[in-house]
Amino acid sequence: MEAATAERGRAPAWLLGLVPLLLIVAAIGAFALLDGPGLGERNGVPVEEIAVERTVLEPGRIELTIRNDGPDAVRIAQAQVNDAFVPFSGAEGEIGRLGTATVNITYPWNEGEAYDVALVTATGGTITHAIDVAAETPDPDLGFFGLMALLGIYVGVIPIALGMLWLPWIRRIPPQWLRVVMALTIGLLAFLAIDATLEGFELAGEGSQAFGGAALVLLGAAASYLALTGVSAWMEGRRKGASGGRLALLIAVGIGLHNLGEGVAIGSSYAVGALALGAFLVVGFAIHNTTEGIAIVAPLAEGRPTAARLVTLGVVAGAPAILGAWIGAAAFNASVAAFLFGFGAGAIAQVIVQLTPTMRDDDGRALHPAAVAGLLAGMAVMFATGLLVSV
Amino acid sequence: MALQGASAPAQDHSGHAGHDMPPGDAHAGHDGRHATFQGTVDHRRNGFDPHVVLRDFDEGTTSRLPDGRVLREWELIATQKDIEVAPGVTFPAWVYNGRLPGPTLRAKEGERLRITFRNGSVHPHTIHFHGLHPAAMDGVAGSGAGEIQPGASTVYEFDAEPFGLHLYHCHVRPLAEHIQKGLYGAFVIDPKQGREKADELVMVMHGLDTNFDRENEIYAVNGIGFAYMDPPIRVKRGQLVRIYLANLTEFDPINSFHVHGNFFHYFPTGTSLQPVELTDTVMQCQGQRGILELRFPRAGRFMFHAHQSEFTELGWQGFFEVED
Repeated sequence: MEAATAERGRAPAWLLGLVPLLLIVAAIGAFALLDGPGLGERNGVPVEEIAVERTVLEPGRIELTIRNDGPDAVRIAQAQVNDAFVPFSGAEGEIGRLGTATVNITYPWNEGEAYDVALVTATGGTITHAIDVAAETPDPDLGFFGLMALLGIYVGVIPIALGMLWLPWIRRIPPQWLRVVMALTIGLLAFLAIDATLEGFELAGEGSQAFGGAALVLLGAAASYLALTGVSAWMEGRRKGASGGRLALLIAVGIGLHNLGEGVAIGSSYAVGALALGAFLVVGFAIHNTTEGIAIVAPLAEGRPTAARLVTLGVVAGAPAILGAWIGAAAFNASVAAFLFGFGAGAIAQVIVQLTPTMRDDDGRALHPAAVAGLLAGMAVMFATGLLVSV
Repeated sequence: MALQGASAPAQDHSGHAGHDMPPGDAHAGHDGRHATFQGTVDHRRNGFDPHVVLRDFDEGTTSRLPDGRVLREWELIATQKDIEVAPGVTFPAWVYNGRLPGPTLRAKEGERLRITFRNGSVHPHTIHFHGLHPAAMDGVAGSGAGEIQPGASTVYEFDAEPFGLHLYHCHVRPLAEHIQKGLYGAFVIDPKQGREKADELVMVMHGLDTNFDRENEIYAVNGIGFAYMDPPIRVKRGQLVRIYLANLTEFDPINSFHVHGNFFHYFPTGTSLQPVELTDTVMQCQGQRGILELRFPRAGRFMFHAHQSEFTELGWQGFFEVED
């Protein structure tokens, strides 16, 4: 009663929350209206930073999609290819901060040769972009999407399905051997997480820095780690299914997110002509990704999952490669790809945390000699099979 | 430096610009055109037109000295000036008398020359003339007036010798910067007996390092790349054409001149009245220059350009339109 009396005559909580917000808005508005009193003009000349986000090559044409990364507006005045001024269209006006434009250059490029494109700005600055190996950008038609889907199935779905065939064997082996298999799985996943992070950083360097650059990889990792942790806690709360089944699904989701990023890398490499499709690549990926199948079925040693459930797990883990290949080939953006790689890495990190208890021996030690051997073996397998497929 | 006679500086050349390329061109980028800029340069705003610079010889003002010799005088002012060196591309140039290159000074062998130099810029500058002169008139730090500070002025005085085609340029360190930003010009000393009457053209070859990476983004003759592509330089068929060609290119060791469908007599540095060669291509290193004499036997369009393809397609090419 006393508390209620005290409440009376005071401002309600929502108002106390709102007042500072309104004051902040008013202060910022006044500051902007007065044009930053006392601050004056910028120091130095305008900063021109442009990132080339996408390159499309068609016969006689080079098309660059550019984004203004810097704080100041940029105007593209002239274009050069391999030290010669060339006619172009597009990017006529000023490109504001974070704005994009498309520069359409008329140029008789040759298949397989290298080109340096330089955009000359109004201040005489140059934005250079290297085309390492010129190849016609594939038309994103139905046949192309079909090809990318086939590629995704070859490198994602089939290898994982093959890897899952180890399930009967895993069921038969004694617990101490199963722990080694789990350690091997964790080793495989750790390699994937490291690999994806590094690839993400590499892509982030190519993309527009205004969107955070390398931070995108870490943000992506944090986002997927937290999201999977939340989903895992929610599933545990509902006690739905055996813990083995839950783990298998989590691993499948983690690997699926990773394969999404891998698909983007494959698709974009194919689109820029940097990827030779062929039996070697597919066989390499098959061996590399088969190990991911083992990782999914390892926690299922004790349960009796239905065939449908196994197929679902395989699709969850493998099919995102198809989606990734579509995205990578048709709408590649280095910043988005960097984020996706981070997203995949975070998901895998979360799965590793979930899997760690399954390595424990009877004394509760996680890093017992057999587990360490399994971890190292897992990483070694991924390293060795990874040599077969560098995208 | 007047603009009269400017050949329609801001005329619309949109028919030759890039926007009108039909997409998906059947010739796959071989559009049957020459390398060119997108759009046109506003020569009027720049305050000079390469087509005027081409035939603009500044003979200064003359008077008689007590001994009867001719005293020829000029005034040169160094300033900073933003110049549109390619359509839409501004270059923060340093210039003599507001133009790039500076005025083509022309005197006769044996005259007394007096050049009043005022430094209207914020950096120290000089004028260093090629030719014979006393050490104090050399226009370098530590000699005579040395570096001329902002707001200060000096007088360079010497005799016009030897006859030929010479240069002048700023000689303050960092040297490459002071030269490549535009502080240079041609300096013609005519022989006493004169030269045969001709349609005389001056061509100062140079580069423009617009992004300050010590490499040239644009190559040009007389300030603006591709300036003589459209409109071309009009000359008369059969008439003697004399070209005063000088190389003020920085960063690249050499530059060159090549004319299509014709040959020329070449007089290195113009110091002899006997040509050394009949050729269609000549190479000059930094600071080298010479005089070319030729007649066009046929009417029509004939290209001229550096015979370094890179320079050509980065702005150093033009056309002669030979008319009857």
